[in-house]
Amino acid sequence: MRPEARDAWIEASGRHHANPTGSHKAARDARRALDDARDLIAGAIGCLPSEVVFTSGGSEADNFAVRGALSTRGGIAVCSAGEHHAVLEPVEHSGGLTFGLLPDGTADPAGLAAVLDQTDDVSIVSVMAVNNETGATNPLPELAGVVREHAPEALLHTDAVQAVQWLDLRSVASDFDLISITGHKIGGPVGTGAIIMRGGLELDPLILGGGQERGRRAGTPDVAGAVAFAAAVAATVANRESDVARIRILRDRLIDGLVAALPEQVVVTAAANGSRDHIVAGIAHICLRGVEAEALLFLLDAEGIRASAASSCSAGAQEPSHVLASMGVPRDVAVGSLRLSLGPSSTEADVVEALRVIPAAVDRLSRFGGG
Amino acid sequence: MATGPVMVAMSGGVDSSVAAALLLDAGHDVVAVTMKLWGGESDTGCCAVSDVDDARRVADQLGIEHHVFNFGEDFERDVVRPYAADHARGLTPNPCIECNRHLKFDRLLNRAEALGFDRMATGHHARIVDTPVGPRLARGADPAKDQSYVLHVIDPAVLARLILPVGAMTKADVRAVAVDLGLRTASKPESQDVCFITNQHGREAFLGDRIPLRAGRVVDTDGIDVGSVNAIELVTIGQRKGLGLAGGTDPRYVIDIDPDEAVVTVGPREALAGEVTKLESWSWTGEPVTAAVSVQCSAHGVPASGLVDAEAMSVRWTEPHRLIAPGQSVVAYIDDVVVGGGIAGR
Repeated sequence: MRPEARDAWIEASGRHHANPTGSHKAARDARRALDDARDLIAGAIGCLPSEVVFTSGGSEADNFAVRGALSTRGGIAVCSAGEHHAVLEPVEHSGGLTFGLLPDGTADPAGLAAVLDQTDDVSIVSVMAVNNETGATNPLPELAGVVREHAPEALLHTDAVQAVQWLDLRSVASDFDLISITGHKIGGPVGTGAIIMRGGLELDPLILGGGQERGRRAGTPDVAGAVAFAAAVAATVANRESDVARIRILRDRLIDGLVAALPEQVVVTAAANGSRDHIVAGIAHICLRGVEAEALLFLLDAEGIRASAASSCSAGAQEPSHVLASMGVPRDVAVGSLRLSLGPSSTEADVVEALRVIPAAVDRLSRFGGG
Repeated sequence: MATGPVMVAMSGGVDSSVAAALLLDAGHDVVAVTMKLWGGESDTGCCAVSDVDDARRVADQLGIEHHVFNFGEDFERDVVRPYAADHARGLTPNPCIECNRHLKFDRLLNRAEALGFDRMATGHHARIVDTPVGPRLARGADPAKDQSYVLHVIDPAVLARLILPVGAMTKADVRAVAVDLGLRTASKPESQDVCFITNQHGREAFLGDRIPLRAGRVVDTDGIDVGSVNAIELVTIGQRKGLGLAGGTDPRYVIDIDPDEAVVTVGPREALAGEVTKLESWSWTGEPVTAAVSVQCSAHGVPASGLVDAEAMSVRWTEPHRLIAPGQSVVAYIDDVVVGGGIAGR
């Protein structure tokens, strides 16, 4: 957690133990803290406070958007094949349709149009703002335009969980009916998040009960979590411009350094057109030819470098990336996928260390047939 | 005794839990690994999430690192698909042996080496003994739990890098150590069956999804139709039940399977024995042995004396021996030491 969020959490968790829906003074104080947090988040996203519904995180927000839309309106859901599993699984399990990614990692507008033309029964379209594996930023206004043209009745949802750190969402918020965000991707507490529901939209809730969050999400609100989440949003937004500029330089140094050290092995992901402009500053995603990510992660972990490949299953094993597959990355290249994330706490020394450790580990594995 | 780091393959069972504990106790630098092999349904075995959890929690308790390696694609390619293909050819394969051959003692061992581990350990009940020609695999100390049969495929060159810490112990002793250490796996039941076949759906459903199952005729030794089977691919030599035979006769057993014609031949108990077993493959662990050796044909089978002729690809039994289903592994021992192995042919 970033210090601003941690301090806010400690302060609020000591002060606001009361249920904010109660009527006594302690409850009213808690209610005020919760609504202050809501105001702050609304300002950062570019929506009204009444449109912010607190959830337990991004997965709940995504599930609520897709399943709530289907439950309320019927029909089918459509999403890109590169979505987070919190969107992909609700869409696929309900018999929905997916469309592909382009080699640069962004969602394919023509593919979206083609899927929407297959049926006139689409009730919700979900396209993430920033891909969590590759960091590719989707052309949201263009994709929203496609939906308005080919499925004007459909709700539009974006999973913006990965975006808040890097992008100002205020410019795109008006295009979307539903936006998912989460606290832990910006240094807030794990277990905090929100679904933004625009324009008085009503969907069948996932959780029924005491009518909290205006009946949209039952359960006693987590006041301290919301306060810390809001503090993380505030700190993120206040520093975003300078953070992005600084981290982008570090990220490019990291990728360029890896390419220089391992010219035969490194394939820079989503840079199909030679540009990294559409990749958010904090993600360095590469594939290493002839190396297995699982073995590489083991060696990096032993050297204190915490990286990831694609996603882990419930047993903790690495699973092949559905994102890279959808981009058309060949299977034998995708098994060597490596995602290095940078954030506000990343330093020049981290990059130097990564450039010392990663090429040595890759060289070792290459000598042993890839690991 | 400590040398370089040891990777211990932990399945989540009691044997590998104790193996890890013993290695630690001996002063080794130990890292635990569980292989994720099968993504489908499983009753038990190495693949269920609960077994990975057990392995991780035992590692936590012992204070060692635990990692999970996903070898699912290798397992599918090298174990599951050949298992189905062998059944389609009328063979009776042993997938656990193929898993040992391709996954544990090849894929995992190579990864261990790539990651800088001098040696690998498993919780198998078998021993590695020094002989004048180098290390050799030998039976485990507990005759009832001996796993040398399913491990015979380990290349002798690999044995020098392998540690089998519980091979010299009885199962009761292994459990006693686990109880002493308070390991959560101390009283865990053993996994017996093929990990990717569930009790609920069974072998027929599993194979039916992967290969065409063909009905077959059942005939006696005179070629007279006496019964039928739904799936010739599921019949094995020595089988007595599920053949659609009328009662009232002496027991009859499957003595031959012709997968091409989809015909199963049954005969009396006497016809279930033969003097020669053909081999589809054979390899000696060292020099060929020309004298009679002790030959075992199933995981817990009783060994019998026989002469292996690797030129003629056959085992000539000293006394008539029960027929061996093609596809089953045949392992030769002198005293307790594995000297060769192969697969029975038709």
